[in-house]
Amino acid sequence: MSLRADVRCVAADFVVEASIEAERGRPLALVGPNGAGKTTLVRVLAGLAPIERGTVALDGMVLDDDTTHVPPRDRSAGVVFQDRVLFDTMSAIENVAFGLRARGMRAGEARERARDLLRSMDLEHRANARPAELSGGEAQRVAIARALAHEPALLLLDEPLSSLDVRARTDVRALLVKVLATFSGIAIVVTHDPVDALTLADDMVVLERGRVSQKGTVDDIRRAPRSEYAAELVGINLFTGRLEPMGDGAARLQTDAGAIVVSCPAELDSAVEDVTALLRPVDVVLYPEQPSEASARNVIHGTIRSIADDGQRARIRIEASPPLIADVTSGSVSRLGLKEGGAVWASFKAVEVRLVLPS
Amino acid sequence: MRDLPAAVKVLAALAVVAVALPLVALAARAPWSDIGRLGASGPRTALIVSFEVSLAAAALALVFGVPVALVLARARFPGRSIVRSLALLPLVLPPVVAGVGLLAAFGRRGVLGRGLAAIGIRLPFTTAGAILASAFVATPLLILTVEAGVRALDRRKEDAAETLGASRWYVLRRVTLPALAPQIVAGLVVAWARALGEFGATITFAGNIRGRTQTLPLAVFEAMQSDPGAAILMSLMLVALSLVALVALRGRFLAR
Repeated sequence: MSLRADVRCVAADFVVEASIEAERGRPLALVGPNGAGKTTLVRVLAGLAPIERGTVALDGMVLDDDTTHVPPRDRSAGVVFQDRVLFDTMSAIENVAFGLRARGMRAGEARERARDLLRSMDLEHRANARPAELSGGEAQRVAIARALAHEPALLLLDEPLSSLDVRARTDVRALLVKVLATFSGIAIVVTHDPVDALTLADDMVVLERGRVSQKGTVDDIRRAPRSEYAAELVGINLFTGRLEPMGDGAARLQTDAGAIVVSCPAELDSAVEDVTALLRPVDVVLYPEQPSEASARNVIHGTIRSIADDGQRARIRIEASPPLIADVTSGSVSRLGLKEGGAVWASFKAVEVRLVLPS
Repeated sequence: MRDLPAAVKVLAALAVVAVALPLVALAARAPWSDIGRLGASGPRTALIVSFEVSLAAAALALVFGVPVALVLARARFPGRSIVRSLALLPLVLPPVVAGVGLLAAFGRRGVLGRGLAAIGIRLPFTTAGAILASAFVATPLLILTVEAGVRALDRRKEDAAETLGASRWYVLRRVTLPALAPQIVAGLVVAWARALGEFGATITFAGNIRGRTQTLPLAVFEAMQSDPGAAILMSLMLVALSLVALVALRGRFLAR
């Protein structure tokens, strides 16, 4: 069961020509810089924008081709739009019940189901609030509930976290992880944030200037990004694991592949599971020998797996516990005597690690 | 903000005085001791006819004006600008011309009038005719107001509704029209106020028949020739009704 789209369509001032596949139970991240055509593609999949040629098929049923256009209302899609686009003349619960009512469900039953859904998102107490009265995070949860209520076969999330502040983003991301884990249909998440792509999706399509520049599993693309944009996007050290306070304002993040030391969030007083941590490759410092008195809390010994040198900057991938990516200037590669297969010491400060706590 | 030139302020002040003066004069010249005469059968009948005619005309403007506004703002078809000009023409047309036109169309010898008469429907010189004349001049105001509202709508709201499985009719009923409610209410009030003051088209097409087509403005006009005091009192009543319309609009349309 899958979605296959191979389309050419014309957006405001550019052409999108893309072929994507998404499988049931494997959320797909559609990533790319602004203006790459991500939103256009979502509108095509939802049936809101016409294609010039190509096909869109869901579970073998043709939604779009030269002669067919199934209108949005007959597609069994749920869309979470950028900036939410809630119905502001209706309460939260009426928004959520809309898809059920539109399909002819009786008002009482639709409200009951909408209430259950709001309850599962800890929003039952806001059921009668208007969208204007909701916080950004609450409104986003209502938008997600609205898109899920009619149990769509295809869930399209267009930048579901980009309009939120940092705190709400963490909460909603955690909710989406939960939602996508149990969602049985096909889910596509548009994002330009690596954390979202890495935490929400299994597969990834990189869209640049209306063309697909790479697709594969998230791990494939992390291992071998094929464009500058993809490298930038996935070329970030990402750790997930259990965070344990160590005292002195520090905490240990224990991952499956080793532990690192990070600064301890003020509110943390006991261990937390499923913490994500991010570290920029430029913040990793390399030494040819064990540094004698490094001020950094993290000093990790490893072996250089690959060096990608573009003449200005070299990206070094290091087998270690945990594995690391470091960016150094091209000159440093020879100065430090770095070569593939050679030994290296990598170090970074605890404060350089950015933490993403589950809500 | 930079202060305005003195000349602008003086002209603005003159304009406000020019508007206020006749209203003040009406109040000053009114035979207040005779106010009870407004309850007499003449003025009372005209007031009732005025309400019937203006409310029915506003309802007609609503039923036909909202679809026209939606089509003008949304539909793409050749000759759209011509249709738009036509729909808004009564705004600038002298009302008496509208009346003559209505007679030519619906009069006893009119293009449609003969056919209507054959099935027993007569519009000229009836209350229905007065309603039609008022609706004719009032509808464009509602169209203009609602059309502006439609153009300002976020179409993605309707997109969202459609992806949720809503039919076109359901989208219109649950999303589009509720979102337009403020503009529809404002358009209704403006159209009603215009219908309340209608004179030229009504007297031409529907005549000045007491109890049937004589609305307050027509009664004022008639009274001016025989009983100016009564005319002034009825005029004040119209001023009061107009003020009610303004208050009903509040910040929505006129005041900013």
